[in-house]
Amino acid sequence: MGEVIVVTSGKGGVGKTTTSANIGTGLAAAGHKVVLVDTDIGLRNLDVVMGLENRIVYDIVDVTSGTCRLKQALIKDKRFENLYLLPAAQTKDKTAVNVEQMKALCDELRKEFDYTIVDCPAGIEQGFRNAIAGADRAIVVTTPEVSAVRDADRIIGLLEAADLRNPRLIINRIRPDMVKRGDMMDISDIIDILAIDLIGVIPDDESIVISTNRGEPAVMDHSSRAGEAYRRITRRIQGEEVPLMNLDAPEGFMDKLKRFFGMK
Amino acid sequence: MAMLDFINRMLGKEPASKNIAKERLRLVLVHDRATISPHMLNQLKEDLIKVISNYMEIDENALEVNLNQDDREVALIANIPIIKMKRDYSARG
Repeated sequence: MGEVIVVTSGKGGVGKTTTSANIGTGLAAAGHKVVLVDTDIGLRNLDVVMGLENRIVYDIVDVTSGTCRLKQALIKDKRFENLYLLPAAQTKDKTAVNVEQMKALCDELRKEFDYTIVDCPAGIEQGFRNAIAGADRAIVVTTPEVSAVRDADRIIGLLEAADLRNPRLIINRIRPDMVKRGDMMDISDIIDILAIDLIGVIPDDESIVISTNRGEPAVMDHSSRAGEAYRRITRRIQGEEVPLMNLDAPEGFMDKLKRFFGMK
Repeated sequence: MAMLDFINRMLGKEPASKNIAKERLRLVLVHDRATISPHMLNQLKEDLIKVISNYMEIDENALEVNLNQDDREVALIANIPIIKMKRDYSARG
């Protein structure tokens, strides 16, 4: 029986979709059968981040409303044949799916896949309630900003009220130079405030923009620092103990090589 | 804190902005989290009665417990009418 993990944040633009794409791809690369579910109905994006936007025929609303069978709506990934995407509907709104339908969908996916990664929309309304309805555990994404941490706190409260205990935290877009100057909250500051367990930190990294431009998750790019952070998170999800990434680490061999040849 | 900030500014030192962020978050989260459910408030009342009854007899029906909020802080305010104090034998030595 597989596991359903919801990726949520409250605030928009903190990296839920990027995180879902990278975790899902990382788990698939580790050999698991994985499905990514985009529940951001009306504002779907997981398809473009995965580079699969041209292959969509049916979407999640077609499945829950019975217009098509689940298998018909699942899009196979370009890189991994054990990775699938169930895209959100673009022309409907969040009320097109309800909590009961979502639970039933997750139960069906749980039978078929080792991991179901649910990308949650921003906000705390219907879309959020749908996304968490069938989840076994939750990952909360935040950035080191007052607004994102505040919203994460609210989301953690709502997750616990919905009996999703022990959500795990990802702190995204940390800038070690700003942390050093005292101009950005560091990991321990945020953990102190939110009082939940950390599952990973991701440095602010240009390679995320580039990989999103290309539609290829950074987790597959071995020269990407953010990719390395996601690879570690992926291992932690599978139960491995992995030390936190040293954010100030000197650049890797490939980076030096690229710089030497003027490629960076 | 305001004084320290002032001195720092006089010395040309701005307080680290992350400390401002933390302090603002601390305050805003006290408010955000202060939406206590009626169920939890009731539990709190029952626990209070249990503890206080070890020391004094109180009027349980007139007991009031509320969360009061203003801009600066959130306070738990309890009004607990005492009917009778228990005798404190240890105080007599």
